[in-house]
Amino acid sequence: MKLTGAQVIVKALEHEKINTIFGYPGAAICPFYNALLDSDIKHILTRHEQGAAHAASGYARVTGKTGVCVATSGPGATNLITGIATAYMDSIPMVAITGQVSTEMIGRDVFQEADITGATAPFCKHSYLVKKTEDLPRVMKEAFYIASTGRPGPVVVDVPIDVQNGETDFEYPESIEIRGYKPKYKGHPMQIRKVAVAIKEAKSPVICAGGGIISSGASELLLKLAEKCNIPVTTTLMGKGAIPCRHKLNLGMLGSHGSYVANYAVHHADLLIILGARVGDRAMGTAYKIAEKATVVHIDIDPAEIGKNIHATIPIVGDAGAVLADLLEIVEESSFDEWNKTIERIKTEHPQKYVLREESEYVNPKYVLSVMSDMVDEDTIVTTEVGQNQIWAANYFKTKKPGTFISSGGMGTMGYGLPSAVGAKIGRPESKVITISGDGSFQMSMQELGTVKQYRLGIKIIVFNNSRLGMVRELQKVKYCGRYSQVYMEDNPDFVQLVGAYGFRGERISRNSEVKGALERMLSDDEPYLVECIVDPEERTL
Amino acid sequence: MAKHTLSILVENHAGVLSRVAGLFSRRGFNIDSLAVGVTENPDISRMTIVVDGDDYIVEQVSKQLNKLVDVIKIKNLDDSESVSRELALIKVSATASTRSEIVQLVEIFRANIIDVSRNTLTIEISGDTDKVKALEDLLRQFGIKEIVRTGLIAIERGNKVINAGEK
Repeated sequence: MKLTGAQVIVKALEHEKINTIFGYPGAAICPFYNALLDSDIKHILTRHEQGAAHAASGYARVTGKTGVCVATSGPGATNLITGIATAYMDSIPMVAITGQVSTEMIGRDVFQEADITGATAPFCKHSYLVKKTEDLPRVMKEAFYIASTGRPGPVVVDVPIDVQNGETDFEYPESIEIRGYKPKYKGHPMQIRKVAVAIKEAKSPVICAGGGIISSGASELLLKLAEKCNIPVTTTLMGKGAIPCRHKLNLGMLGSHGSYVANYAVHHADLLIILGARVGDRAMGTAYKIAEKATVVHIDIDPAEIGKNIHATIPIVGDAGAVLADLLEIVEESSFDEWNKTIERIKTEHPQKYVLREESEYVNPKYVLSVMSDMVDEDTIVTTEVGQNQIWAANYFKTKKPGTFISSGGMGTMGYGLPSAVGAKIGRPESKVITISGDGSFQMSMQELGTVKQYRLGIKIIVFNNSRLGMVRELQKVKYCGRYSQVYMEDNPDFVQLVGAYGFRGERISRNSEVKGALERMLSDDEPYLVECIVDPEERTL
Repeated sequence: MAKHTLSILVENHAGVLSRVAGLFSRRGFNIDSLAVGVTENPDISRMTIVVDGDDYIVEQVSKQLNKLVDVIKIKNLDDSESVSRELALIKVSATASTRSEIVQLVEIFRANIIDVSRNTLTIEISGDTDKVKALEDLLRQFGIKEIVRTGLIAIERGNKVINAGEK
């Protein structure tokens, strides 16, 4: 059967069981959009291509499937870049399909031409500029395979318009053979045995769980290991939810924005087991110091992460789930009573707490997130922006299930919260989806309110409004002697009226006594709702 | 810091060279020289890259290169277990009085003169980096007008080969 290149892309998506994609059309991708009309695949039209990429990322994170975003050539493609880079840093499986000017025009700087494979090379897992229609079935198959296997990541497929219009025999390849790409899942048995021995010999072990636990679906195994051996667990931002926040062995997030007890434990550990985490600077800024004192076990699917930021005594390349399963078979039970007592004492001495002033003219964001934790069920998904709101949410919202806390960890992309909530809500319509933002970051992607409206997505929005770029302001206060430069957002819009223009309800609160009522109203139905909380500009991140 | 020679098999498509070179700049690694050419299998090219760096850098370079889907295999060649060559073309000023001295040097180095004009000689020399540098140093006194050199290429000694088997 002869198909056009555009039809091949659509058929390939169907073969990959993709039923929802996110995108924005334009001239160079029109053949694809034409072919899409004959398919049952649902297309979500965002209001900006970056929104499509972030939505695909949010969708991928809640469904475990590969997110797909589509854009036209030139500015359409370049607008995807931040979304692609964000997905790359957080290892999110994504395929980005872009239109391109016709092959004979490439390189002549014609209208809406941009070298997107060149531009995205440093932050995509792989990319293709497809030169012949007959290559498309193989390229699509490889793109989905590469994006979703090994350490997941974004793959860019750039398709010139004449390649979309050309014809080819369609047969979707069943298997693939890429000689330069052979991800390894199973850890080396000898190394895993060494870990079991190290646990047996340890006195103060700690597990550091990262996003790899969530993407490999290994949370249950992690919990089994932690409980069998009584080892406390700290998580990175990407690992939040790998262990339920209220679990007795959970120490919370580690690092510069993490909890006291998590950092205490990591710095006093004699055995540190890093599972599916890349030891980013925000998590372990002084990794070398930790490694001087502790035996470091580093388990990661990406061999390049091992030895990059911390020296590993026992390195293991493999999938977190596969390695944990093997380890659980041989590891002996342990209690680490004394160590756990110390941890418990430190936890009590240094709790994550906040001062609640009933008379205050401001709402305490930490209180909002703590209260909200008790008002929502375990399937509720929280997405965040970046800034103070992200850290408040990371430290005070109690995540109960893996994969329900969605945040831009590595890239720290403002404007991620609302569009990723769009993707999350579409991926899990039965779950409540709440996006946490600040007044600055909310305004970076607020055009996606249009998408929320068009697809009737019951997304709940909390805006912590301090009329400041709070985190940068705090940095300027501490490190630049209070010389504030461009961190005051003068004349913010009336956010309640703003969502009102889209037909959504909302309210503004400025007292802690109003928090519960507002959240109850917000959570009472499945309609979009915005709660704007007026926050003290002096409210600290930690 | 020491020099390391990496022999890398890559897919022979457009864009591979820019991916490899881009990775070096993005990760802050320095390339001393880079040579590319097709192998006995026309689908595969070989890159020989000389990297300046300590063991940590070289390990990182290798691991990051290995992550590129187009990279099939990488080997860090041991100096004593491999032979290496580079080729340089050196255009040097020559007058009636200096020409014979230059010709003598060329003979000692088993280099070739490949072009002659009234006031220049162009010399072709191949050898390991030290040999090429030694001739260059000796020719400098006559006035070097231009040097063009390939990157280093290297191959393992004896029966050992690097082919596109398992990564």
